[in-house]
Amino acid sequence: MKLEELRFGTELLKRGFASMQKGGVIMDVVNAEQARIAEDAGAVAVMALERVPADIRKAGGVARMADPAIILEIMDAVSIPVMAKVRIGHFVEAQILESLGVDMIDESEVLTPADEEYHIDKKAFSVPFVCGARDLGEALRRIHEGAAMIRTKGEAGTGNVVEAVRHMRNIMGEIRALQGKTPQEITSRARELEAPPDLLLETVKMGRLPVVNFSAGGIATPADAALMMQMGADGVFVGSGIFHSGNPEKMARAIVEAVNHYDDPKVIAEVSRGLGQPMKGIDVHTLREDEVLQYRGC
Amino acid sequence: MGVRLGVLALQGDVSEHILGFERALRVMGEADWAVIPVRKPGDLEGLHGLAIPGGESTTISRLIGKNGLFEPLAGFEGGIFATCAGMVLVADRVDDPRVKPLGLIDMAVQRNAFGRQRESFEADISVRGLGRPYRAYFIRAPVATETGRGVEVLAKIDAGVVAVRKGKHMALSFHPELGNDPGIHVMFLEHLFTGK
Repeated sequence: MKLEELRFGTELLKRGFASMQKGGVIMDVVNAEQARIAEDAGAVAVMALERVPADIRKAGGVARMADPAIILEIMDAVSIPVMAKVRIGHFVEAQILESLGVDMIDESEVLTPADEEYHIDKKAFSVPFVCGARDLGEALRRIHEGAAMIRTKGEAGTGNVVEAVRHMRNIMGEIRALQGKTPQEITSRARELEAPPDLLLETVKMGRLPVVNFSAGGIATPADAALMMQMGADGVFVGSGIFHSGNPEKMARAIVEAVNHYDDPKVIAEVSRGLGQPMKGIDVHTLREDEVLQYRGC
Repeated sequence: MGVRLGVLALQGDVSEHILGFERALRVMGEADWAVIPVRKPGDLEGLHGLAIPGGESTTISRLIGKNGLFEPLAGFEGGIFATCAGMVLVADRVDDPRVKPLGLIDMAVQRNAFGRQRESFEADISVRGLGRPYRAYFIRAPVATETGRGVEVLAKIDAGVVAVRKGKHMALSFHPELGNDPGIHVMFLEHLFTGK
């Protein structure tokens, strides 16, 4: 049969793509070799970068979209989806990634923001976007702009899960606190959260965000990943935590299994044995204010 | 005993599949039923049907092995409702050595047959036995490039075969669990209950 009227890039296809990632681990990689290790370990997707967040911190300066050559090399190397990051508000970087055929774009605070007023109008793109959030208001503002997936911001490149925990608690706690409230009360709270009221009403009714909600920013061990899953994440992003650890292949496989068995401590104990050194990490309280990435783009 | 259905809950759009089955059972007026997530071999006991959801087939295949589910799934006696990654997993031959197919349906399947996410699309297709156009959502979808004898082709588009039935099993390139139309779920369940 001939297909008439094929439609591409619809809201359902974008959110549907994100749904297929649920229960999975998305891993940061900087070259084809790392991408293959991630795929073989059972990653559901990879995030193609020039540097992982811990190295972006070290390098300093302005962090931008990765070189397309690196992204294309990674796209050629694996059959799972490939994501890549753009600066907040940098819609031309997003146009470039869309033209390369990247499967999802992360409009990310890990890179240096290009616009301090506006995020990208994500509804104008056919490629789906994921965006970071620290609380429910921020998450709903991003969804309103067209994000098909949300992730906690956490504090990327620190190997310290404390901020991801804080952000997941903020989001899930606020949703729980609003259960049983009247539409009028919810609408009033929406104004305080600077969130679109209809989206907040939908969220409260569903008892969860209306799009897939991952955790990111500081996950460094299988236990960290399982912690975020037990707190309500649909899946996890692991950045520096894998390829900055002593044994990346083993760590990658262990985190995949810990996410699969997040509520079974025996399995998490088993996969955590003899993993070698996890990434060293940074105490978030020692960061200078200008080194904290999560304040970018609210 | 009522109807017992499961959804393989290793990775992918599991909750959508649970809701999809629940909606279809309500439409069909079934009174006594349960839909459960399946994560280990014991969960398969007593199930009449099982959905294998969309997700990443390489990931799900790896987790099937890790969880000791390969033999129990390959020998499952109920009907299997497989979508997207599920279609890849129930096939007999797959174009990727990382996927160990369950061999439940005699067909060869090509992963990501349309390309990347930008080639994902939705369109009205005709499905044999449904009698009306059906809105299908293809997300980095596979197609069947060959089907063996005894495999009934339910839908075919230019790129290849996108829906098949073999005995109690049904495999689809697209995602009926993402839309609002319970038609395909109802077709699967009616066939499972009555053999028609």
